[in-house]
Amino acid sequence: MMDFINEYLPVVIKLAYFVAAILFITGLRRMSKPGTARGGIVWAGIGMLLATVVTFLLPDMHNMVLILAALASSTVLAWVSGRKVAMTDMPQMVALYNGMGGGSAAFIGMIALFNGMDHVTACEAGVSLNAHDCISGVTLWFALAGVLIGGVSLTGSMIAFGKLQGWIDKRYAFPGQQVFNAVVALITIGLAMYLTVDMNPTVIWLFFGLSLVLGLLMTLPIGGADMPVVISLYNAFTGLAVSFEGFVLQNEAMIIAGMLVGAAGTLLTKLMAKAMNRKLTAVLFKTLGAGSGD
Amino acid sequence: MIDGFIALYIFTLAAILGFEIISKVPVVLHTPLMSGSNFIHGIVLVGAMIALGHADTTLEKTFGFIAVFLGAGNAAGGYVVTERMLEMFKPRVKKTDDNNEGDQS
Repeated sequence: MMDFINEYLPVVIKLAYFVAAILFITGLRRMSKPGTARGGIVWAGIGMLLATVVTFLLPDMHNMVLILAALASSTVLAWVSGRKVAMTDMPQMVALYNGMGGGSAAFIGMIALFNGMDHVTACEAGVSLNAHDCISGVTLWFALAGVLIGGVSLTGSMIAFGKLQGWIDKRYAFPGQQVFNAVVALITIGLAMYLTVDMNPTVIWLFFGLSLVLGLLMTLPIGGADMPVVISLYNAFTGLAVSFEGFVLQNEAMIIAGMLVGAAGTLLTKLMAKAMNRKLTAVLFKTLGAGSGD
Repeated sequence: MIDGFIALYIFTLAAILGFEIISKVPVVLHTPLMSGSNFIHGIVLVGAMIALGHADTTLEKTFGFIAVFLGAGNAAGGYVVTERMLEMFKPRVKKTDDNNEGDQS
């Protein structure tokens, strides 16, 4: 009986992730048409429930108490806050939950980096020659990209939430800000490149911190009227980050669902900007121009 | 495990599918769809659970706990908000209400 479970359980789990991915695609398809939109979220919801339940059955899972505590407390909090909020305040709730997703992807990447750091040292010392234990080049790149994009999405979405909630009512902009932002972005990418050569924990922290700062810098100068477009963009960012961390964790459901949202979100951002008669580049980079967005 | 090129195929096909699904969406559905896709990347919760489930050091456990907490908020909150937004689409399915695009052009 145990042999039977050990042999077939991994297959059943993989199959469940596969079904979940199909349910996400079907759900998104249905949500894109007015007639079937309402049922679409239920399809996707069943997929999410299936994927979550089946994850508990994975072999070698520790820290079950911690997982359950984090899962239960956050689910209750998010569920209650999402139910209570007024219909007009929906967009900022989307921003909040989206930022949480981006943050989650960033922290998964951080675990991979710190975990990989140990393994890289082990690989160099010749302790472990098992390729599976050394975080290899491509995987490391994906982990780094996920941390960067997820981190930007986390803080950027929080600023978007704050602006729509009325907590931040000013546009913080200064001359030459775009150049300054570009420099910060380049330094962050430079740190990521450094990490591919030398996994220094201080540099990992610095890289993570600058990713978060970049999200703040990008979003603070943008006016409240443009926020829906910006939230949609960060939605695509989170999708991309989730997809990348899915590659790191070798989880197909995460790769598919993340990339699906990454692509859908990018196109949706363009369509939303067009519907509002705004150019996406104007929303993001012309912050000191006519000052039309507030 | 997933071969690099297989992963590339999965990435690309999923991206094409994402573009295809969104390409003909009416303006009324923009915000609900943003919310719906926000829910779908809540799958990050699964990754967070796997990461915390394999965490050993205190630092990894702390990161993992935060990741699961944030991921669960993404999934649960995303679902509730999307469901509430889409409730509006129940009674007037056939009508083309506030915008010019509908099923019949």
